[in-house]
Amino acid sequence: MDQINPPVGSQQPRPTVSRLPLESAVVRFAGDSGDGIQLIGNRFAIETAQSGNDLATFPDFPAEIRAPVGTTFGVSAFQINFGARLIKTSGDAPDVLVALNPAALKVELPNLKRGGTVIVDTGSFSERNLRKAGYAGNPLTDSTLSDGRTIEIDISRLTLEAVKPLGLSQHDALRCKNMWVLGLLYWMYGRERQSTIAWLGKRFASDPLVAEANVAALNAGHAYGETSEVAGDITAFSVAPAPLPPGTYRSVTGADALAWGLIVGAHSARLKLFFASYPITPASPVLHLLARQSELGVTTLQAEDEIAAVCAAIGASFAGALGVTSSSGPGMALKSEAISLAVAAELPLVILNTQRAGPSTGLPTKTEQSDLNQALYGRHGEAPLAVLATRSPADCFDVAVEAVRLAVRAMTPVIVLSDGYIGNATQAWRVPAVTDLPEFPVRQETNPDGFSPYARDPETLSRPWAVPGTPGLAHRIGGIERDYETGNISYSPENHQRMSDVRAEKIARLAQAIPAQTVALGPDRGRLALVGWGSTYGPINRAVSLALEHGDAVSHIHLRHLSPLPANLGELLAGFDRVLVVEGNNGQLRALLRSQYLLDAEGLNKMTGRPFTIDEVERAIRDRL
Amino acid sequence: MTAVTPPVSFVPKDFASDQEVRWCPGCGDYAILKATQKALAEVGATPDNTVFVSGIGCSSRFPYYLATYGFHTIHGRAPAVATGVKLARPDLDVWIATGDGDGLSIGGNHLLHVLRRNVDLQILLFNNEIYGLTKGQYSPTSHRGTRSPSSPHGTQEEPVSPAQFALGAGGRFVARAIDTQQKQLVGILKAAHAHRGASFIEVFQNCVVYNDNVFAAFTERAVAAEMQLWVAHGKPLLFANGTRGLRLKPGTLMLETVTIGEAGITEQDILIHDQTSKPLALMLAALQPPTMPVALGVLYCSPTACLPLAPAEGAIDPAALPQRIDAALHRGDTWTIESRAST
Repeated sequence: MDQINPPVGSQQPRPTVSRLPLESAVVRFAGDSGDGIQLIGNRFAIETAQSGNDLATFPDFPAEIRAPVGTTFGVSAFQINFGARLIKTSGDAPDVLVALNPAALKVELPNLKRGGTVIVDTGSFSERNLRKAGYAGNPLTDSTLSDGRTIEIDISRLTLEAVKPLGLSQHDALRCKNMWVLGLLYWMYGRERQSTIAWLGKRFASDPLVAEANVAALNAGHAYGETSEVAGDITAFSVAPAPLPPGTYRSVTGADALAWGLIVGAHSARLKLFFASYPITPASPVLHLLARQSELGVTTLQAEDEIAAVCAAIGASFAGALGVTSSSGPGMALKSEAISLAVAAELPLVILNTQRAGPSTGLPTKTEQSDLNQALYGRHGEAPLAVLATRSPADCFDVAVEAVRLAVRAMTPVIVLSDGYIGNATQAWRVPAVTDLPEFPVRQETNPDGFSPYARDPETLSRPWAVPGTPGLAHRIGGIERDYETGNISYSPENHQRMSDVRAEKIARLAQAIPAQTVALGPDRGRLALVGWGSTYGPINRAVSLALEHGDAVSHIHLRHLSPLPANLGELLAGFDRVLVVEGNNGQLRALLRSQYLLDAEGLNKMTGRPFTIDEVERAIRDRL
Repeated sequence: MTAVTPPVSFVPKDFASDQEVRWCPGCGDYAILKATQKALAEVGATPDNTVFVSGIGCSSRFPYYLATYGFHTIHGRAPAVATGVKLARPDLDVWIATGDGDGLSIGGNHLLHVLRRNVDLQILLFNNEIYGLTKGQYSPTSHRGTRSPSSPHGTQEEPVSPAQFALGAGGRFVARAIDTQQKQLVGILKAAHAHRGASFIEVFQNCVVYNDNVFAAFTERAVAAEMQLWVAHGKPLLFANGTRGLRLKPGTLMLETVTIGEAGITEQDILIHDQTSKPLALMLAALQPPTMPVALGVLYCSPTACLPLAPAEGAIDPAALPQRIDAALHRGDTWTIESRAST
């Protein structure tokens, strides 16, 4: 393996500790929603990133805002996969599970890797909590935990002892339990504490006593690890830095990366960004980030409903801004009529769909890929538009920029499919320099000579964008069919045929403006290709990579552009004996590929509200080779 | 490129588009169109800076007949589209044309919120108490008992009052006019245009085909004076050529009509219209024939903060934007991966 310089500011683990080197590890924190699980998960991720590992995380929290304490449906979890290699998913089964109460153990234990380690807070295993979790006996004393390694620590008591000198109430003192655990995990994986201590000081600046208590708990957890190391009770690990390209990194969720991509895309097009949205799980974080960016010229509107959100975005695009709206499946259904208006009026519009498990309310906090058909076909009339899909949190940035580029190039709505997994998961993202990114400034029409609002560019077939306020270009557009030449209302049968044809051709021609489809991994022809789109990228890529290491003849093809499809896709797929389409729905892309290319594609499908595991994909490969 | 020299000022016909107007002969919409073109010219509007947004229905064909920028959108959603236009381009002069079905049935939610947000635009609601374009079904403003293809035995629903709805939604400018009374209509359109914030105008508009003479009880020449109360800020609430007026019924919070000279009533007893009083506006909007005259004119005008807010001091310099975006992308926890040392 290549030598890698330690990142600036980090120190090598103390030489006295003998650490077991790992290529990668999956850790899952679980506890009650009030235990501060997400918070320590995020801090652990930041420290892990700063030590140079690549990583991916996934928060898994209950749909209830404040579920009753101690219940299984109130369990909140946070999983992180980190390693010395490039990390593509947040990991299948955890190697280490931290369970801060019986309910967390009950919910999470079945997912633990065979032979994995469980760290439990015995202090929380009261009879009452065991009952609430649905345990008849005590899993710590019966055979429940026989299959792995269990580290039993009375974390509650040790936390109370650590913060006792500060004189907090028992309730407040116990709230520091999460920091104690974080301290222990920092020790286990050789992480530094300084930046977390500084962060705690800032977070609790108004309450220095609480800050001090949290730091005391963090240090106590760390010291516990050091002490037990001497006794050999707990194994310490080391995970070397990953071979990441040099640069400045930050951690982003898919939602944040979409928002940043829209800002940069609008800037690259030299347009003002107007974002209108109605709150919906799991799409709202995009609105939250953009609402704070008025200093970057972003205008946001929390609309009265989904329809108003898309309509306001269409109005903004008509007025010369980049109109964007965002939702999830149910909201997309409500926006459908207005999206057809944008197709008819031929206005640029970006529509984000952070998919969730449906139909109807379905599982709002769980992920699915079941809105592809809705994106492709979910409109009245022949209403073609462009559809893109993001494959990971960091990829959301690039896809958002690409959506803006296509929307303004063809004066068309573009739907971007993300999902609940990508939206909430985080990934290390190399921050680009805005000035290094390609620009595509929009030329809005200013010339009144021979102006017609529907005169088309001969290459792209897009119409001119003549913005209200431009002298001499006043014109009327609308949803009634427009004359091919003048844009005035036309009920002519021949004209409607011609306009329907040109709207379809305009989207088809976008295929000339998108990259040719490549193979993500493996040979570009052969026995078996796994085809995916969206968040299946990680599990497919990792599974194919492992299969290739075993010498299997398998390839991974991942689609970013779903409408139009890349021009060479049919030819590429024809080079494989078998095509397996892996997607979190009942076979929507598979049906598209079959109808488009008369291809006998098979499907690997899943609708559990959870992403595919690497193992599931590996098994599907093995079954076919 | 040919240099275009804009005329110094525009006349009403400069606001007429080249499209053939296709409303039914005798439709009240013609009168509203004419009054709007006149008002636009008189307020000094320019076709290039004016945008008309509409939904669906007879009224919503309005933008096609105006030589301004126009957007004929989808049923009920014009207020949402217009909000986007105005927030994206605060310098544009934005108007909405809608009807009783478009604005108060399918689009009631958006009308509520454009008024509540007080977006700086003008809303013309053509109220003819019927669905015209879909051939005559009853609308949310049809009075109880209206017979129509979808209510053969007469409707059993209470109608919504557009002006009361607008006041309830928080509208800060609420006015009423009649399609054929051009002088007053033009004046009200100009007042609406001068108002900062969402201006709501209910225009009683006669549908000659499906609901002819629905407003005859107060629009017929023979009864107009008795049944129309034109309000003016600071002026007594008089009607019937100044012979009758409104006052608070003693000991109650209800309006009553009184006759000057009868039972010792003088003009001193008549209420003075205060367009900034919302309680008075609500009482005026609720007056109904045959026992009461219909209140017309500017019932309520009380400006307050509106959207879009004035741009903050020191608008964003486009040249500085890349640096600002870069800074924003680096805010929070970041880390650096150095180049790998060669082995």
